[in-house]
This record gives sequence, C-alpha cells and structure tokens, in this order.
Amino acid sequence: MNKEIQAPISAEVAKELNAGDMVYISGTIYTARDAAHKRMDEALSEGKELPIDVKGNLIYYMGPSPAREGRPIGSAGPTTASRMDKYAPKLLDLGLGGMIGKGKRSKEVSDAIVRNGSVYFAAIGGAGALLSKAIVESEVIAYDDLGTEAIRKLKVEKFPAIVVIDSKGNNLYETADKLYNKEKE
Amino acid sequence: MREINVSEVTEAVKKMCIDANYALSDDMKKALESARSEEVSELGKQIFAQLEENLAIAASDQIPICQDTGMAVFFFKIGQDVHFTGGDLNQAINEGVKQGYTEGYLRKSVVGDPLIRVNTKDNTPAVVHYEIVPGDKVTITCAPKGFGSENMSRVFMLKPADGEEGVKEAVLRAVKDAGPNACPPMVVGVGIGGTFEKCAEMAKEALTRPVGSHSDKEHIRAMEEELLDRINKTGIGPAGLGGRMTALAVNINSYATHIAGLPVAVNICCHVNRHVTVTL
Ligand code: SF4
Repeated sequence: MNKEIQAPISAEVAKELNAGDMVYISGTIYTARDAAHKRMDEALSEGKELPIDVKGNLIYYMGPSPAREGRPIGSAGPTTASRMDKYAPKLLDLGLGGMIGKGKRSKEVSDAIVRNGSVYFAAIGGAGALLSKAIVESEVIAYDDLGTEAIRKLKVEKFPAIVVIDSKGNNLYETADKLYNKEKE
Repeated sequence: MREINVSEVTEAVKKMCIDANYALSDDMKKALESARSEEVSELGKQIFAQLEENLAIAASDQIPICQDTGMAVFFFKIGQDVHFTGGDLNQAINEGVKQGYTEGYLRKSVVGDPLIRVNTKDNTPAVVHYEIVPGDKVTITCAPKGFGSENMSRVFMLKPADGEEGVKEAVLRAVKDAGPNACPPMVVGVGIGGTFEKCAEMAKEALTRPVGSHSDKEHIRAMEEELLDRINKTGIGPAGLGGRMTALAVNINSYATHIAGLPVAVNICCHVNRHVTVTL
C-alpha cells in the first residue's frame, strides 16, 4: 500500500504501518551514522544529554556527499543499518520513532521495535542522486567535526521508503525472498 | 624507453575518480536495462525504474550516483619500457585522488588509521595494485568501491577435495549472507586459486571486467553462467525486497594454485559497479 506520513511520527501512525508498505515521508528527520551513534552512546553512558531529542523522530542512516553551490545536499542514499544495531535498542527505548537505512537488523533491534511500537524503513540503496531530490533543506546541528558523519537536520518532502520491520515484528526481508525463491525447482 | 611525467598520472587519476562516480560504464547500463525487463516482481520493476532515474539525475544534475563514492582502488598495468619522471608515482596517484574527490564533490570516506579512525578529509590514500607488463604503455583502471557491499565479501580457504561444488557453495553462501546489505542487483567478482591474497585481488579485478563478458576458460565460463542462474533463483531480488534479479553478473578470474589448496575469494559489488580505464 502507498501511504503519505509526517515526521516526527506519532505512535498511532507507526502502528498503522505494515511491512511492505511504500511510504512517502514529509517533515523533519535527522541523519546519524557510525561515528555519531558512537558519540551519542558515549554521551548516554556519561549521563549527558543527546544533541537531538529522539522522541518520535526518525533517524536516517546516511552520510551525504558534499553539496554543490545552491543545493541543500549532495548524493544522499542510505547506509547499511546493521552497523548501528549495537546502539539502536537504547535509542528506541528512549522513544526513537523509527529508522531509515538499508539491510538486515539484529533480533535485538527487531525486539526493541516491537517493544516500543517503532518502525524500520528501507530506502533504495545506491539511489542517492534520486533520493537527494526529496531533501529540501539540510543543516548540520551536531558533531560538525565528523564531516559527512555529522548529525544533520533534514527537511524532506515525499521521501520514498519501504516499511521493512513493522511494530508487530513482521520483517519484509524474511518473507519477500521466499515468494520468489526457485532453488528447489 | 618511454618517459611519462607523473603529473600526467595525477591528471588521469583525478578525471577517472570523477567520471566513475557520475556515470556507469555502458555495459553496466545495458545490464541494468535488460535486468529491468527480466524482473518479475512489481516492486522490483519499480526499483529498477528508480535506479534508471537515479542514473539520469546523476548525469543531468551532476550528483554522484551513490553518496558512498568509495575508497579509490586502482589497477596499474605498467609497460616495462616506461620510465616515470617528475616525482613519486604513489604521491602522484594520491594527489589525483585528492583533487578528484575535492573538486568533484565526492564524499571523503577514508580514515587514516583503522582503529584510531580520523577522517583524512581528502579520501586518500588510495589502494593501488601494480603489475609490470610488456610494452611502453600504462593502463590504469579506477574502481571506487563502496563498503556496503565490500563488507559482505569473503575469502574461503577450501580444500582440493571440495572441488567445483565447494566453490559454488562458497559463492552462493556469500551472496545469500550479503542479501539486502550489498544493494542488489549485485555484480559478483570471484577469484579462484593462487594464494590467500592473490585470490582476493583477482576477485576485485574480476569486478572491473565488462558485465556480459566471460572467462575464456570453458569450465570457468560454465561456472559463471551456472552461478548467475542459481543466484537469480534465490529470490533476494532488487534491493533485497524479493524478485528474480539478484545479480547482473558473476565474473570469475582464476590462477594456478598449490597442491594442498583451493582458495576462493568472493568480492561482492552493488549495482553501482564503477570502473573506468584509460591508457597513457
Ligand atoms: S553498497 Fe554500493 S550502492 Fe549501496 S550504498 Fe554502498 S556504494 Fe552505494
């Protein structure tokens, strides 16, 4: 099913999403990848505040290429989500609304998604030029020294993504390939 | 003896880094087009349409095809009658990478030390493979490599008794483990034989062979075709969201090996399989 949703995302909307839904996300989302997650995790261990309020927000696992003059951002597709698996459950338990990335997640992440009524979306990997067209504003708001890995606040309009793990724990990656598997034939 | 000033190498490297990241080679474009027509899943077809649109936007708006513009990998085939002048060849290559990644608005994705992990901010150093060949030409292939797929690559030190079946199982294992992480449809580079490091290098170089070309060894060609067919029965599909077209090609390079061994390397690449070759 095709759905248009707003970010930040409410718990009610997240609950309505099902693995396999194609969504178009509009609103504000935040980027963070490996190095930013490591820093956020260290901040939490030291009892410090996070640079963003994660409640209801979507984190996009993405590090863009540099923007040309007059453009908000460069190429901007998803990075492999599993590298953030170590950090994601903690953020989900703090109320993170959802994550956008590509690739499989661990059981711990999937459990945390169910426990918190959250959601994991995949954006099409390797379509960074196309996806950048859905990003209308971009601003570095923390960890500037990390370059491409800094935390950015993005304004997106109809950013295309697919629900992979929904709040019920359904996982599109675990079911989709079976439909087309012909190895036994 | 032919003299080549290393500044020519810097210029060529700079241009190749940029070109590779803004447009795919014709063989890759053709392979994507024909894969689109062979895809059976509706979502898969939509994904192919998006990938085509992505390539068109990359060219028209000058946005890199993928934000992971890779670690810069080079294969240098240097004629033995060539003499490089004007400086250090390795430095000249890295200078080209630095200029290309800076002036080309490419992402700087390299950290100077694998454990301390501070970004070098110019995407250097490159990974360079040198080979000395007859003649007085220098052939350079630039293949920026993204790490979503690189991370899913494997080396298997098989036993001779594992034979052809063992090799096929290893390749299929690597592809299935990679799944959606490697941004399918993939190109699968395989190196069989040699030593531990030789098979890995062959697998990487196999990725730069045109998609659709085949090994000139009959038994290897048969294995390329069979493996592609079997990979495209796994159902992983475009973006790992289910479908037929999980891979566009399996390219295998092979070499002599030791009586006690059967090394196999599988270097997985995504649909953004970038490579540009020039001859100086
Ligand atoms: S695996 Fe390839 S297509 Fe996917 S993000 Fe990395 S470089 Fe881009």
